[in-house]
Amino acid sequence: MTGDPGEEAQTQAVVSDQDVVRVRQLVRTAAVTAKLSLVDQTKVVTAASELARNTLVYGGGGSVQVRVVRQRRSGVRVELADDGPGIGDLELALTDGYTTGGGLGLGLSGARRLVDEFEIDTAPGRGTRISIVKWAR
Amino acid sequence: MDRVPVLKLGDVLLVSIQVDLADKTTVQLEEDLSERIVATGARGVIIDISALDIVDSFVGRMLATIAAISRVLDAETVVVGMRPAVAITLVELGLSLHGIQTALNVERALEVLSRARDDDWIPPLDTEDDTAPAAP
Repeated sequence: MTGDPGEEAQTQAVVSDQDVVRVRQLVRTAAVTAKLSLVDQTKVVTAASELARNTLVYGGGGSVQVRVVRQRRSGVRVELADDGPGIGDLELALTDGYTTGGGLGLGLSGARRLVDEFEIDTAPGRGTRISIVKWAR
Repeated sequence: MDRVPVLKLGDVLLVSIQVDLADKTTVQLEEDLSERIVATGARGVIIDISALDIVDSFVGRMLATIAAISRVLDAETVVVGMRPAVAITLVELGLSLHGIQTALNVERALEVLSRARDDDWIPPLDTEDDTAPAAP
C-alpha cells in the first residue's frame, strides 16, 4: 500500500555542517505536519541529525529527502543517500559504541532505536542508503 | 559561523545556547570555554540548554567533554534547562551523560555551585583534637 502521496518530498544536499542543521529543521517541520507528539518529533529529528552527520562525515556528503507519509497513520520518512565507501560489516556498525570516526559510536545504533522503521542498503564501494520512518501514535 | 557567547558572573561562566548548533560552532564553544576557564580562573560553568530542541550525540559529547575539561581545570560544570523530550531522547539514543551535573534552572545551578565550593572549604584544625592530622 503506497497510500496518499501526500506532501512532496523536500530534498536537502548535505555537504557541510550547516546542512545538517537544515536537515533537522526540515524534519522538524515535517514531524509537526504529520502531527507527531513532541517526544516523537524530538526522536526523529535527533535520529535524522545523527544519520545526516554520518552522510557528511563517513559518506563524504550526499543528500537527504524528507516527506510526510500518510497511510493508516501519518508519519515522517527520511531517506539519506551517499556515494561514499559504504559499510563493510553492518552488524558491527550497528553495535553501540563502535566507531571508526572517533565519535561515540551511537549514531547508527542510536538512530535505529529512536525510529519505528529503519532500512539500510550498503556495501563496500556502493555507498549507503538509509530510510527511516517515525509514525504518529 | 555562529559563536556562542560566554558570560562571566563572578567566578562562574554562563553559557546560554540560543542557536541550533552546527558541529563547528559546538567545537568552537568547547575551545572558547576551556580558554575562558583558565583565563578567568572560574570555579563554575553553567550551560543553559533550555533553548535547544534536540541534543544529539555530538552536542552530548561536547557537554561531557566540557564537564571533564573543567574538572581538570578545577571548575565544576552544571547543565541546566534540559527539556523533558530531550532527556527522554538522549537516554534512548544511549547517551547517559555520565558525570554531568544537572539543575532545573540557572538559579538552582548557582546554588549547586556555591554548595560545592562550601564542601571544598577545609575547616581550620581544632587544636584540642589530638587525632586531627597535621596541616600539610
